[in-house]
Amino acid sequence: MMITTQGLAWGIPLLRLLAALLLLLAFAMLAQRRLLTLIHLLAWQGVVLAAGTALVALLTGQTELWLSAALTLSLKAILIPTALHRLLRRLQVRGDVETVLNIPLTLLAGIALVIFAFSLAAPITALTSAVTRGMVGIALAAVLLAFLMMITRHQAISQVVGFLAIDNGLFFAATSATLGMPMIVELGVALDALIGFVILGVFFFQIRETFDSMDLQHLEQIREE
Amino acid sequence: MPILLVLICAATGIPLLALWGDGRRGAALFIGINTLTLLAILALSARVLRDGAFTAGSGQFMVDDLSILLILVDGVVGFSTAWFSRSYMRQEIVHWSLSRRRVRLYHAMFQTFLTTMLLALLTNNMGILWVAMEGATLSTVLLVSLFRTAEGLEAAWKYFILCGVGLAMALFGTILLYFAAQKVLGHGADALLWTHLEAVRRQLQPQVMAIAFIFILVGYGTKIGLSPLNNWLPDAHASGPSSVSAVLSGLLLNVALYAVLRAKVLVDGALGPDFAGRLLMGFGLLSLLVAAFSMLRQRDVKRLFAYSSIEHMGLATFAFGIGAPLASFAGLLHMISHSLTKSSVFFSVGQAVQSVGSREIQRIRGLLAFSPVLGWALMLAVLFILGMPPSGLFLSEFLIITSTLQDQPWLTPVLLLGLGIAFAGIFPRLQGMVFGPAPEGIARQPVAGIIPVFIQLTLVIVLGVFIPWTLVQWMQHAALLLHG
Repeated sequence: MMITTQGLAWGIPLLRLLAALLLLLAFAMLAQRRLLTLIHLLAWQGVVLAAGTALVALLTGQTELWLSAALTLSLKAILIPTALHRLLRRLQVRGDVETVLNIPLTLLAGIALVIFAFSLAAPITALTSAVTRGMVGIALAAVLLAFLMMITRHQAISQVVGFLAIDNGLFFAATSATLGMPMIVELGVALDALIGFVILGVFFFQIRETFDSMDLQHLEQIREE
Repeated sequence: MPILLVLICAATGIPLLALWGDGRRGAALFIGINTLTLLAILALSARVLRDGAFTAGSGQFMVDDLSILLILVDGVVGFSTAWFSRSYMRQEIVHWSLSRRRVRLYHAMFQTFLTTMLLALLTNNMGILWVAMEGATLSTVLLVSLFRTAEGLEAAWKYFILCGVGLAMALFGTILLYFAAQKVLGHGADALLWTHLEAVRRQLQPQVMAIAFIFILVGYGTKIGLSPLNNWLPDAHASGPSSVSAVLSGLLLNVALYAVLRAKVLVDGALGPDFAGRLLMGFGLLSLLVAAFSMLRQRDVKRLFAYSSIEHMGLATFAFGIGAPLASFAGLLHMISHSLTKSSVFFSVGQAVQSVGSREIQRIRGLLAFSPVLGWALMLAVLFILGMPPSGLFLSEFLIITSTLQDQPWLTPVLLLGLGIAFAGIFPRLQGMVFGPAPEGIARQPVAGIIPVFIQLTLVIVLGVFIPWTLVQWMQHAALLLHG
């Protein structure tokens, strides 16, 4: 995949900026206690992701990637956050998110994870051309941060936000590091994300109906004998 | 063409069952669709028998000696489960007073699951393989929570989150695979096709492939139930309907292992056989031991056999890790026999649980006394799963131990220890469940539902005593393919 020299001059720094924004948003999510703001942060991550995809589309001239960017924008930045927002209101979940660890400690753990991700990605980075250098590490760091967020929360909704943030990190890896996966695979992945989200919606109501709460601490009945 | 036929047969079932999948017609439709799918699969096998491996749909689909074996198992177990599901669900619908809508959901989701399994085995594209695995997870989440009990919801949530995160790791691995493939095959849809990748596997960058494989192994390993990522498996098996437990154990775990094996072939080309082999051996052995010890303290009969699935998948993973053609042959035989036997175990256990009204092993007593057919079904199936001759599992375990002695002799005691503990975990409980006087107040169930148990167990005996020559050839070819 060729990128023109002018493209390299302004496009790649811009892509790096977007990557940094993605990581910053992942950290912001880790530190955020309020569910509503968490969903907003997720939506912003979707916007950054769509912008990144569009930028790669512009730089490499792949028309399919424009479609992918549009899909990302509508699905990850608009549709899913709106639906989560509505769910939050319909389920009338209120109050703050409790965290298991305290926030400064979680953030420190996050920094450690970023260092780990970068060192893991180092051998890959060393092999690649200048274009995608560092992107794999950033994407992996975003995935691991979202993962950390999932483990430190009890609320079903914040776990789902973490789940979707993992997805965002993976998408970023796919578009910026490999300059776009084959279209058929991307469509399949998007379809799965959509179906998964619908199933989750159904699931939320089942949990709420049965436990009268969205706090997953109620869900600790199965014990090993 | 036959590939498309199989997929169309399975996929058209989904909307049909979503519309008419309730009541008597729903169960009949479900059986009908799976009979047709099985016939299509047999036609496909005949084609493979005649022409050998082939691709279709401009390379997007592929059948070879490795996948055809698992596709056949899929067809047989899918059909048996549909048959078992008819009488089993009739009872469950009454017991849980499931609405018609819920029954339609059950059938449609079940068919979606079976379709995604076939898609995963038939696709040539590593990306689509991931999509199919994710689809299989999504379609089974609502099946696990079908009865909407607190326990079922918790199990389903755990299943969704753990497997979702696991599969996210596998997707990352697949992205890295594409990243490595791009350098050799160029940018585009063909760079994730397994046949293309296999042709150039020696040129793929080893560093990238190593990291990719670790992610793929951890990701799909979650679905295989490899320790320490097996937390979801016993819960999901115990809480869902027994028909779902049967296919989770019998099909899903196999297909996840299949995905790892496909990746292993590529990694072996780039890195030599030791890297992936050692990882598989380590995870396999760990799972075997952890599952064996966990079995000793189970009181729930379905959890007990769920742990037994982890044990067997661990053993198969270990066998593929050894990598010698004999070990891979044994691993394949083990996967196939385990699918057929474990689904039989879950059919009989499902009916026993229905009769007694409890999943506690303590309360399941004297099955032979009140229903000889069910008693025999459970006893034979469990003896077979323990690897008693003439079961196919006896042969495969024997071969695995033999090739361990040959290649990794110091691991043999560990392997034998695991198998011994697993035996001690199951065998004494079996005696209690089968023999003795029948307790009062047991509802006798129609035996028609467990006919497939005897059919499948006959197939397992065939695998243990006299494997048909065609199968031997397919398994040998597949073992050589895995050997690289």
